[in-house]
Amino acid sequence: MTLGRTEQLEAFRRMLRIRRFEEEGTRLFKAGKIPAGAFHASIGQEAAIVGACIALRDGDAMTGTHRSHGHPIGKGGELSALMAELMGKATGICKGRGGSMHLADNTVGIISESAIVGGGIPLATGCAMAAKVRRIDQVSLCFFGDGAVNQGTFHESLNMASLWKLPVIYLCENNGYAITTSIARSHGQPDIAKRADAYGMPGVAVDGQDLRAVYEATSAAVARARRGEGPTLIEAKTYRFDEHNVGLFVPGTPYRAPQEVEHYRTQRDPIVLYRKVLLEEGVEEKILISIESEVIASVAAAIAFAESSPMPDPATLYDYMYSTPIGGSQRPAV
Amino acid sequence: MSTALNASPAAATHVRMSYLEALIQAQIEELERDERVILMGEDIAVYGGGKIVDRFDASRIWSMPISETSFTGLGIGAAINGLRPIVDLSIASFMYLASDQIINQASKLRYMTGGQIKVPIVFRCCMYYGASIAAQHSDRPYPLFMNVPGLKILSPSSPADIKGLLKSAVRDDDPVLIFEDTKLWPVKADVPVDPDHLVPIGKADIKRSGNDVTVVAIGGAMRAAMEVADAMAKEGISLELIDPRTLKPLDTETIIRSVAKTGRLVLVENAHRICSVTSEISAIVAEEAFESLKKPIQRLTAPDVHVPFSPSLEQGMYPGKDHITAAIRKIL
Repeated sequence: MTLGRTEQLEAFRRMLRIRRFEEEGTRLFKAGKIPAGAFHASIGQEAAIVGACIALRDGDAMTGTHRSHGHPIGKGGELSALMAELMGKATGICKGRGGSMHLADNTVGIISESAIVGGGIPLATGCAMAAKVRRIDQVSLCFFGDGAVNQGTFHESLNMASLWKLPVIYLCENNGYAITTSIARSHGQPDIAKRADAYGMPGVAVDGQDLRAVYEATSAAVARARRGEGPTLIEAKTYRFDEHNVGLFVPGTPYRAPQEVEHYRTQRDPIVLYRKVLLEEGVEEKILISIESEVIASVAAAIAFAESSPMPDPATLYDYMYSTPIGGSQRPAV
Repeated sequence: MSTALNASPAAATHVRMSYLEALIQAQIEELERDERVILMGEDIAVYGGGKIVDRFDASRIWSMPISETSFTGLGIGAAINGLRPIVDLSIASFMYLASDQIINQASKLRYMTGGQIKVPIVFRCCMYYGASIAAQHSDRPYPLFMNVPGLKILSPSSPADIKGLLKSAVRDDDPVLIFEDTKLWPVKADVPVDPDHLVPIGKADIKRSGNDVTVVAIGGAMRAAMEVADAMAKEGISLELIDPRTLKPLDTETIIRSVAKTGRLVLVENAHRICSVTSEISAIVAEEAFESLKKPIQRLTAPDVHVPFSPSLEQGMYPGKDHITAAIRKIL
């Protein structure tokens, strides 16, 4: 399965949107325009995200992680409400209740961006279970990191998905480090894709810096899920260019060799690599340049929207707690 | 006022059945009424669910492997994606395994997504105690979950209430925990046959009206409180028995109105004492109805100790009729 030209350009555009959104987000965070907290950029991991998302249909469901910005953008989400959420604004996608780690955009099918590592894995599995019960043609794609595969939820959920042949794709964005803890220091057996064998499902490891490789593996997994043949585990070997979160100070000897980081930044940038592929395939450079300009403008517009949006009214503190509000104990405590 | 535990002969609109039978009937009726309702749990057929398992196919009844954390999460994901799961957690002590998904996902996702999603899910949490199964199977953990925003928590004590509250829970769009006191399973009383018999979430029930002392009892503690009320009535002492039925949100109005009438309050439950429902009710009454009180509030609970295996150690640790009677006499 290969992408048509329109989808190729859309994939390029979405990767760039993630990159630009996060570069600008990082700048705004450092400038104090995004509330103090944790800002986790997925810069460097764009192909692993978009290569998977581009294999999905609009109606397919997704769950993600604390490194959440890329997922809604990769799935095709609008930037304005996402940027407003980063700033804690009333117009944010989560009305200022979620923030950087939880950019769940349900308009593009995301049901959760879980900052509890591994917490979204059962949710995506249950989402697929509902699709099966409801007999709807929908798959669920579950993003998680290399740290999450050591959580019990990973093992329990893969077992159930395999048992019932649920239409779910488990996509591990393996960036090599759970904060500072490397695979070598935390995994008894370092090949994450191999863990699929234990649960009777295909396990595929791909170059997560190569959008085509991620797309092809995900496409095959999606097709298998739609045929009712069950789940697939995909390990996209990728790399985050920045620190675990912006501003994190890690004392002592660097856990990543500076040469290693430099190598990925200069030789293995997924956007640079894919741009080269597109040019080699005959895409005119001026088309790519126009996409680049368009993305810069879109992010600038999103920032303008977010900056001009109001902060949430404190009187709305209790809104969205319940579908059917309970009153009573929901009175001001101070 | 709903049906009392020792009900009068059944009218045509009611059938006499046990708490467990009412619980099973409520689930069958909801599964039949709404195809989005599914039941998930371990060994469902064993603990009274045989009739349900026989009636529905595998797409409605999901027999779970022993993975409490994740099948709880599966239920939450399924709820977000259009189903209305009833997740049977078998034994309330197993909730600790499921609690990350209940607290970090089910209770928070609607809020954290700014209302983009809803999580219509019911958790059945059966509390076994007084049964010599020791500390890891005997917990009554509802107070822990009352401290979590975003949940609704029920503790029905009569067959009619379990039927009506379970149905309300299934039809509610938020996560609901139902704490069933297994001591009540065999208790029989009249239950409305109406398949739309709903008991509203958040409304207490005055099980006995009285003027001298207000007794609020939770779950299985209501049985002992009723026997005390009957015995003391013969002495001319009139107790007002209140079953909150819903622990979150608590119907504090009903309790405060009663205390305003009696001026005396005894609180009874079988959970551990620290930060319990009775702690919460005591605090609310002290804050909002202090002037109504003629005597100090009396709290009767299990002590701050684990449930032991040996019957000789366990049998005295929950408040019984004698404890309740003594507490009442102390403030009369």
